[in-house]
Amino acid sequence: MSVTDLRRTGKAAAPGTADGPGLPAAPPRQPRRNPGRPVWEEDPSPVGQGLKGLTLLGVCLAILGPLWVVIVTSLSDRRTITEAGGLVVIPRTVTFQAYEELLSGGTVTRAAIVSLLVTLVGTVLSMTVSVLCAYGLSRPGSFAHRPILMVLLITMFFSAGLIPTYLLVTGIGLQDSYWAMILPSAISVFNILVLRAFFMSTAPELIDSARIDGAGEWRILLRIVMPLSKAVIAVISLFYAVGYWSQWFNAMIYLNDAEKWPLQMILRQLVIKQQAPQGMSQMIATQQVPGLAVQMAVMVLALIPVVIVYPFVQKHFTKGMLTGAIKG
Amino acid sequence: MRPGTASAPERAPAAPPAPAPGGRWHRLRRDRSLLLMALPAVGLLVLFVYVPLIWITVAFKDYDPYVSGLWSSPWTGLENITLLLEDSRFWDAGANTLAITFLQLVLFFPVPIALALLLNSLLSERLRGVVQSVLYLPHFFSWVLVITVFQQMLGGAGLLSQLLRARGYEGFDLMTDPGAFKFLVTAQMVWKDAGWGVIVFLAALSSVNQDLYEAAAADGAGRWRRMWHITLPALRPVIALLLVLRVGDSLTVGFEQILLQRDAVGPGASEVFDTYVWWVGLASGDYGVAAAGGLVKGLFSLVLVLLANKVAHLLGEQGVYRK
Repeated sequence: MSVTDLRRTGKAAAPGTADGPGLPAAPPRQPRRNPGRPVWEEDPSPVGQGLKGLTLLGVCLAILGPLWVVIVTSLSDRRTITEAGGLVVIPRTVTFQAYEELLSGGTVTRAAIVSLLVTLVGTVLSMTVSVLCAYGLSRPGSFAHRPILMVLLITMFFSAGLIPTYLLVTGIGLQDSYWAMILPSAISVFNILVLRAFFMSTAPELIDSARIDGAGEWRILLRIVMPLSKAVIAVISLFYAVGYWSQWFNAMIYLNDAEKWPLQMILRQLVIKQQAPQGMSQMIATQQVPGLAVQMAVMVLALIPVVIVYPFVQKHFTKGMLTGAIKG
Repeated sequence: MRPGTASAPERAPAAPPAPAPGGRWHRLRRDRSLLLMALPAVGLLVLFVYVPLIWITVAFKDYDPYVSGLWSSPWTGLENITLLLEDSRFWDAGANTLAITFLQLVLFFPVPIALALLLNSLLSERLRGVVQSVLYLPHFFSWVLVITVFQQMLGGAGLLSQLLRARGYEGFDLMTDPGAFKFLVTAQMVWKDAGWGVIVFLAALSSVNQDLYEAAAADGAGRWRRMWHITLPALRPVIALLLVLRVGDSLTVGFEQILLQRDAVGPGASEVFDTYVWWVGLASGDYGVAAAGGLVKGLFSLVLVLLANKVAHLLGEQGVYRK
């Protein structure tokens, strides 16, 4: 029996038991041994196991607990919030009042639409440009790919800084334009490098034979490389999309017109600064909906798209990220 | 300077460079579609990263966009730099920046390693998958959301204060406490990104040859000795790389994160280099001094990256780029 067999069969091949499928009737010496545990590994002490479980539970609670409280409070009515003295931990009633109020037109609805559109347009633009560039630089020995790569890489070590960038963006007339939230941060060199490394390691023989057969580069990219790179494309798209969705700083410095603000700016105004954004003061003043539930509902709105998309992309993280980033 | 990320695959003998019969012209014509593909990204980078370098000259000028343009504003030599170095707020910002970097190195850096070791010791794939999904999630939240979550938990009207008051104790407000601010910022970093940091270490751990453990166990090495002699050496290159990156990036600490909380805590405890540049330049309109601040910070950062790499090379690690 080889070493690997030993590891895989675990319990069945524990020292002292005989080989072969028919287990002898000898009493197992380690009654609750986990069959997945390698034979050579000692059984963990109960105290160690307990501590491990507690740590994991604590870590997960620290992340999910606050989100739970925020979601539950956003769904609570006035009475529940008053009885709880503020934030609600145990749900009593479920009402979508706050969401109905926020999404029936007005400031938050508009901000959410702005955020969604900026995220969509930005992600499509960033991905198109990044995938093209990554593939354009991925062929060994192609013309001028080294100098171009250098132009990209230098930006990872040095940037002009906030003031020069601000003066440029306002100088080319992007002030108060939605494009100010998209163009200055449209390219991440890191993402291009991850894509490029992935493209280079993806079936080079296939690509070479397509070239020999006379397929053009565009055709190779669309028909061979992209279908083979779905994982990394999904992951990098998520990175770009999250970047656009999370953006507030560019909106703050470039958009004077509060009507153009994205959701994150509204959230900052409402919860961090505790001021009602333009157009929302009336709703909060009339107290139709408890202010706390409204604040929490805006937080949930900022959270929802991430939580919806995340599970679909999460399974690709290791494959998509690590083939590109860690190999180097 | 050849970053490792880019250079490794090139060395692979996957496809030898095609011979270029017609020389440079031939290669240019052959690769024109590849060049065309790279063009939009390069264009955007040049426009938004290289062209702004022109405005660095603002650091040496008396520049006021409402009075005169960049070209017509008068040169003032090193006056802005002098003003910057005489500004005590600049030095305070430096002290805060380095203090936060230090706290992050001590309190943030080890957390992903510990979590990765813990996850790696789990036998159940399913449990590991579930915990991983939870751990990675906060990385994808915006800083605005993370800070509002912290505010709802630890702020004056937050959950903890609320629970304490309900039991007759005093409430507290961590979010506006200048003394606790640097720890608070570090805690927010840990909450948001420590889980995501695990992914790199888990990958390194999964590439360790399992036979080493078996052989060590057969030779009588216990759990802890195996960790010390097999697991940690396997993680060493990754740890070294991340340390180099962090030290090289010492002067940059969570700009958005801190800017969002600057009003609540006050600039005394929260001003860092980047927020100083923002405050002096965009909020107060003194573009010259702010650009000088950005330039000084940028130059020192560059030197730090190069130094950190040098040290890594001297210690026999790979660093960010190879020699």
